[in-house]
Parts: sequence; structure tokens; C-alpha cells
Amino acid sequence: MIPFGHALAFAAALFVLGLTCVLLRRQIIMILIGVEIMLNAASLVFVAASAYWQQVDGQVFVILLMAITAAEVAVALAMVVYLWRRKRTLVADVFNGMRG
Amino acid sequence: MLAATLLCITRRNPVHAVIYLVTGFFALALMFYLLGAPLVAAWEVIVYAGAIMVLFLFIIMMLGLAPQEVPEGPGWQRWGPLVLLSSSLMICTLLLIFQDPMASKEIGDYYLAPQALGEALFGRYALAVEVVSFQLLFATIGAYILGRPLPKGEDS
Repeated sequence: MIPFGHALAFAAALFVLGLTCVLLRRQIIMILIGVEIMLNAASLVFVAASAYWQQVDGQVFVILLMAITAAEVAVALAMVVYLWRRKRTLVADVFNGMRG
Repeated sequence: MLAATLLCITRRNPVHAVIYLVTGFFALALMFYLLGAPLVAAWEVIVYAGAIMVLFLFIIMMLGLAPQEVPEGPGWQRWGPLVLLSSSLMICTLLLIFQDPMASKEIGDYYLAPQALGEALFGRYALAVEVVSFQLLFATIGAYILGRPLPKGEDS
């Protein structure tokens, strides 16, 4: 079987890729995709730790994490549609104003 | 595992990123299966690759984002520092991981039957399941509120 460090290193690579995607891209959709990648890296760490310590808890938390991610994506995509209707663009630099 | 890494690295490039991301999720689901989590792997395919990515594709196609995806090529002044930052972060993380003596211990054989997972999920973690279901309900309400038609004069 594989060492624990390899799984951790893979998850770290995935997380750094997601972080790069968040920081590099300007479109809101791509930022959301980067967030998804980072959440997947976190769930990979959970599953690997669950297999390492032979415990159920990590996998249970991954299931909960998936449900939370689904909720987050629903709200975020609704917000994307809302922002598109407001400004007709999705470049994150355009949304720079607040109004009380 | 390295092949899955390569797939995951190559997927971020064009607006085909969602498709590549689905491929990456399949690879990740395979890794979940190999780590002894068959139910989590199946849900990864169903929920992530099936539902969430289709939602992303739906939004992208509904808003017609595909043609104008590449506005101006990001110059090296923009992505250079970011790549430097993330690669240094990566190197530091890898050093920290492999410095730990725990990193070289092997993951033993582990297979969690879906039945045991379900018993833990609805036994010890029943409260968390309830909280997450509440959160899904709130997310639905929030998406509905955000999706209402705009009032007059709010377009700009």
C-alpha cells in the first residue's frame, strides 16, 4: 500500500492547483471551480486519514462536506446569474461597488 | 496515482475546464475507492461529476460564456508571481509533510462497507445530518431569493 505522505502530497498539489486557479482567473465561474478543487483536496485528506487510522469518521465528514458543497454551489451559481443580470459580465474586477 | 495527478494538472486550461474537471473527479473517485471508501467514491461521481458539474455547464451555457472566454492572454507579469507563490507554497508544504516521520508509514488495507458508513452517519452523526439538511433548505431559499426578477431600474 502507499505511504500516508504520498496521499497528503497529492492532496497538497491539488489544493495548490485550486488556489492558483482562484488567484489567477478573473471570471467568477473559474474562481468557483478553484474553490471546488480545494474542497476536493480537503476531502481527499479526510479519506486518506480515515484509511490511515481505520476510522469511519473521515468518510462521514466527506459525505457531509459534499452536501455542504452542493448547498454552496447552489447559492454561488444563483449569485452568478444575479451578477450577470446586473452587469452583463462575470469578470470579478467589474464588481467593485457597494451600495447600502 | 501519478496519471491522476497529470490529469488533474492539465484540466485547468480553457473553458473546457469543466470537462477536464469531470475527468479529474473521476480520477479522484478512483483514488477514494482505492483508499477503501466505495460509497464516497460513488457519491463523488454522482454528486460532483453528475450534479455539480452539470450545474456549472448549465450556467456557462445559459449565460453564453463560451465564446468570450479568452479576453486577453494573461501576461507573465500577472501569472508569474502567482506561479512563484504557489510553487513555493507547494515546496514548503511538501517539506513539512515529508519531514514528519508519520509520512512514511503505510496506509494499511482498509475497506469500509457502505453499511458501516450508513450506521455511523445516521447513528452517531445524526445531528450533523440534520444540520446539513437544514443548510440545504436555507441554500434553496437563498437561491430562490437571488433568482427573483430584478426590480425596475436596478439594471446598469
